[in-house]
Amino acid sequence: MNLERVGEKAGARKTILHESKLTRGASQDYDYGKHSDTTPNPKDGHMPQRMLAQGNAAIGWGAVAAGCRHFFGYPITPQNEITEWFAKELPQREGIFLQGQCETGSINMVLGAAATGVRVMTSTSSPGWALMQETISHMVNAELPCVISLVQRGGPGQGTTQHAQMDYLSATRGGGNGGYKNVVLTPATVQENHDFIQLAFHIADKYLNPVVLLTDGLLGQLMEPLELKTFDFGTLAPKDWAVVGMGAHGDKRRHAVACNTGLIFMERHPSYLDFVEALDGKFRDMESEVRYESYHTEDASLVLVAYGYCARVSQEAVDWAREEGLAVGLLRPMTVWPFPSQPLAEAADRGASFLVVEDSLGQMVDDVRLSTYGKTPVHLLNMLSRHMKTASGMILPETVFQRIKDIMDQEENRGTAAG
Amino acid sequence: MERQRVSGTPVIWREGVEAAFCPGCHDGTIGRLMLEAVDEMGIRDNTVCISGVTCAGFLSLGMEMDSVICVAHGRAPDVATGLKRALFYRPVVFTIQGDGDTIAIGAGSLINAAMRAENITVCMVNNTVYGTTGGQMAPTSLPGQITTTTPTGRERLNGLPALVPEMLATLDGVAYAARGAVNTPANYQKTKKFFKQALTRQMEGAGMTFVEFLSACPPNWKLNPLESLKRIEEEMIPAYPIGEFKT
Repeated sequence: MNLERVGEKAGARKTILHESKLTRGASQDYDYGKHSDTTPNPKDGHMPQRMLAQGNAAIGWGAVAAGCRHFFGYPITPQNEITEWFAKELPQREGIFLQGQCETGSINMVLGAAATGVRVMTSTSSPGWALMQETISHMVNAELPCVISLVQRGGPGQGTTQHAQMDYLSATRGGGNGGYKNVVLTPATVQENHDFIQLAFHIADKYLNPVVLLTDGLLGQLMEPLELKTFDFGTLAPKDWAVVGMGAHGDKRRHAVACNTGLIFMERHPSYLDFVEALDGKFRDMESEVRYESYHTEDASLVLVAYGYCARVSQEAVDWAREEGLAVGLLRPMTVWPFPSQPLAEAADRGASFLVVEDSLGQMVDDVRLSTYGKTPVHLLNMLSRHMKTASGMILPETVFQRIKDIMDQEENRGTAAG
Repeated sequence: MERQRVSGTPVIWREGVEAAFCPGCHDGTIGRLMLEAVDEMGIRDNTVCISGVTCAGFLSLGMEMDSVICVAHGRAPDVATGLKRALFYRPVVFTIQGDGDTIAIGAGSLINAAMRAENITVCMVNNTVYGTTGGQMAPTSLPGQITTTTPTGRERLNGLPALVPEMLATLDGVAYAARGAVNTPANYQKTKKFFKQALTRQMEGAGMTFVEFLSACPPNWKLNPLESLKRIEEEMIPAYPIGEFKT
């Protein structure tokens, strides 16, 4: 679907699906892979290429398309369908599914499997995410890849079992100890859940670092059309370090991965600072993985910034605003770490102000402020603007649209007063 | 005839790596025992060692075999689970953990691996104290034992000693549970047999196998190496009897 054509349909009250085309870097269009065949189903030799799928199930379909045959997880709402999907599907594909005794156990099983060089993932929601932080930090130290799907729910503590976007900071800032980095992908549709998780496995293996797929309870439970496809992101270096037993790799040197690199002497890093410097270099390289989507931002005097379900809500509000002749656009981060700071900085240089729409008390808004250096106002529409004061309340397009009009009125008045 | 080395550095030891243990510590001896056993069984090329956060974990730095070194505190059984299953149960996998690693912070991981009959061998080194961090109370500290966190001696409300192999022997998923010591040549040979039996039962796919090794920590016990041997004989072995609890 051509995005400009979508713009012409402004006012149509339906949710807009994007053709997945990810912008990588500041301006270049990046087709994130050519897709070849669909994932084979060993049972009957073929499967429908298109289906109606739940967001959580789409993660499963995407993972097996990426070659993931190992899943370790623990039940937690609202991501249970992911765990159940793998429990049902992996044994049919000669894969390994195991329900751990807790999230701490599951992520350590992921670490053990990752050490053998296989593609492995886990899935969790916010309280379980908190429990996994220690080992994610250890995996960064050991330079082991894995994918973690984080289906956010409301917090703090047990909070709610329903959607929220309240783990943005712990996902993007290295939630565990030691100030590490990990790429965080933010899909906004069921199709993107399926597509982005394939990209997540590629990025994880490319940098030998955990990657987070950040969704929420709403996107997990939502059902939409899904087209199964397998992406080819190119060839990566072989995992010639895999811990599989010396007889299985036969290169006459032992393979060892250490979760305490820096504390112990390792050949590759003579000292702790050498190790930290090497990690720093890797984190900087990972910044090239930034992806985002711009929607009517070129001439916008107000740029909305939103990810996940809030991006879809915001896009609808942008369409209505455009219909009323308001110069409003949307910048949708597809990665929230690395954060698309450059297009935001450019918009601020042009004089555009910003409205961050997020279903938390305000977390991503900090990144927008950091990106724009306070040059122009950064407004926030947060979870307190949900349509109901309950766990199932949502930020609706109407609310965003009203806020857009209020901000535009204010700025116009200020402009008039100044003039 | 079964191969048995009686002197020299174990074959499976990385050249140039020193076992940097304190004088009188038994961890180096325990590492030697493990490596001799693996060598004598001829399984080095199909064995993976996973070490936890513990002094004995540093043995894995010197082991000339595929290893995952110093995983998160207490989680070696989980890592072993993921690794073993990802390789479709092919390799022999054993962990090296301390007493705190195994039964304090890692109790949940241990018990659940046992409940799953996970085909791994868990090795717990028991020196009745937290050695790496400087002599704090361990779940295995003996009643009345003075540590830096029980300055007046361990009391009942600080906890009672954990008898881990005896406890694990009650679980269906555990195929083998034993406790040994390396304070005398006789105990060394006996314990090596325990460890070999644990690996053998693992290779048979019998379930989880477990060996506890009594060790000495002279600096934190404030004893010299000889006095430490005496403490193992007179205080530890009576509280932690040597033997097989499930075969």
